[in-house]
Amino acid sequence: MSQYQEIATVARIEKFANKNFRLTLDCPQIAASAKPGQFVMIRTGIGKDPLLRRPFSVHQTSSGGRLQIYFKVVGRGTEILAQVKTDQEISVLGPLGRGFRLNVNAPAILIGGGLGIAPMLFLAKENCRLKRNCANDLVLLGAREKNEVEHLLDDFKRLGLRLLIATDDGSLGHHGLVTEILQSTILPPGCTVYTCGPEAMMAGVSRICQAQDIPCQVSVESVMACGMGACLGCSRPAKDGSYTHVCLNGPVYDAEDLLWTM
Amino acid sequence: MDYVIPRDENLPDLRVNIGSLEIANPVMTASGTFGYAREFENLMNLHRLGAVIVKGISLYPRAGNPPPRIVETACGMLNAIGLQNVGVDRFITEKMPYLHGLNVPVIVNILGDSLAEYEEITVRLAGVPGVSGIEVNISCPNVKKGGVAFGTDPIMAAAVTGAVKKKTDVPVMVKLSPNVSDITVIARAVEDAGADAISLINTLIGMAIDLPTRRPALANIIGGLSGPAIKPVALRMVYQVARVVSVPVIGIGGIESAEDALEFMLAGATAVQIGTANFINPRASEEVVEGIEAYAKAEKLLSIRSIIGGLRLE
Repeated sequence: MSQYQEIATVARIEKFANKNFRLTLDCPQIAASAKPGQFVMIRTGIGKDPLLRRPFSVHQTSSGGRLQIYFKVVGRGTEILAQVKTDQEISVLGPLGRGFRLNVNAPAILIGGGLGIAPMLFLAKENCRLKRNCANDLVLLGAREKNEVEHLLDDFKRLGLRLLIATDDGSLGHHGLVTEILQSTILPPGCTVYTCGPEAMMAGVSRICQAQDIPCQVSVESVMACGMGACLGCSRPAKDGSYTHVCLNGPVYDAEDLLWTM
Repeated sequence: MDYVIPRDENLPDLRVNIGSLEIANPVMTASGTFGYAREFENLMNLHRLGAVIVKGISLYPRAGNPPPRIVETACGMLNAIGLQNVGVDRFITEKMPYLHGLNVPVIVNILGDSLAEYEEITVRLAGVPGVSGIEVNISCPNVKKGGVAFGTDPIMAAAVTGAVKKKTDVPVMVKLSPNVSDITVIARAVEDAGADAISLINTLIGMAIDLPTRRPALANIIGGLSGPAIKPVALRMVYQVARVVSVPVIGIGGIESAEDALEFMLAGATAVQIGTANFINPRASEEVVEGIEAYAKAEKLLSIRSIIGGLRLE
């Protein structure tokens, strides 16, 4: 597996509502080898504080050597990252972790919630590129409100996938949870579910899939220092009683291998 | 075993000695920050390292602490990993063959809950191809028993050192805890007990609280502080210890650059270990080697040994 520590150049900064941002980075080596579900570690500052890199899932890549991340300002690291300027250089480490294992022979159900939508675009693109026909595939996106998700819809629509939205406040699509749509939708036989989002959402998706015997892959989040299996900081309880490390064994898991507490 | 240390006569001599072990340059990776080295193989030239010190190994595998195990703090981080490791037997069969294949000395960090455990690990490591030294961890703050208990009592520290020394032929380095009132007392005790080198410092015990949830940031409540935040404390302790012992001192604590490393050497360190910096910049230790080489060249030093303890005090 190839990994790189690359000096990327900021090519484009998009600012959306509610402190959501999308950065496009010129980052040819990592962009060329990243797979959907993998992540990068980005150094948000150049000094000693904040000290650690921050993990971001890969939102999408382009054949022209570009890579996008999608994030919300939630703390000091993302606050600094939100203020980068075009042409600024930032250090990117990646691609890291195990991504989604896309089953091209099965109808795909992609479920993204909140910032968990970020890796689903990359997966959706790869899904449509590898399959001749994605007419049976479905994308479910959940968000707090219309403002959190609206700006991402065109990218999904362009792929021609069936798209259903749920918002907590009902400002767009179904008024309620994305898991409610999943529960009430008749899913194509033999499908595989791929999901990323808040812990409670993934636990719900995993439960529904288990009940219907549908294979389900989840991409989970964790704090981490190194992203490459050295610090052992990103532990998460696994079903077998051991700890799994999100950076190496994940971030994508078969839902049934993890312990869900919600 | 003997390592081939290539010598280019046009380059400064960076070799230093840790007891009977000669290393190509004074830069090692600190235990617990470099995995078992393989994790870094795609991102740096492992062969450039003076030595690799692997993640602490116990007699039996340890699962480690529940999450959250790490939290970032100002210019540093707290960790309470809890010494998760594969245990000495799996280390020997699964990790050592790769490490042996590197043209770099491997120093195995060991830890135990009792004298008998330290002894038994040492016995199992004896004669394992590629093991060039042992670093005795008597300073981990993140496990309930053992570890730090040995590191805060000079009599216990000496007993562990003596026990390990008796069971091995490779150089034994003892890693000290900074969480003591006088580190020189412990340093002298382990030197008297036969330590071939002393490495310091392990992490400083610290704590962080998450205000919104009013909970400790770590599941273990307390953890070990590392990173640039602890460098002044580490430098002070290395200086103090180097003045009272005659064995080599290995400096650890917040070293990110060649400048940091050279400061530790001026304070009396024969070599240094790069720790938390590996997490941020996987090439950090290699860059420190390059920087030390560049410094030695610019200062026209025949050997890097000439700056050890060279702090100007007047």
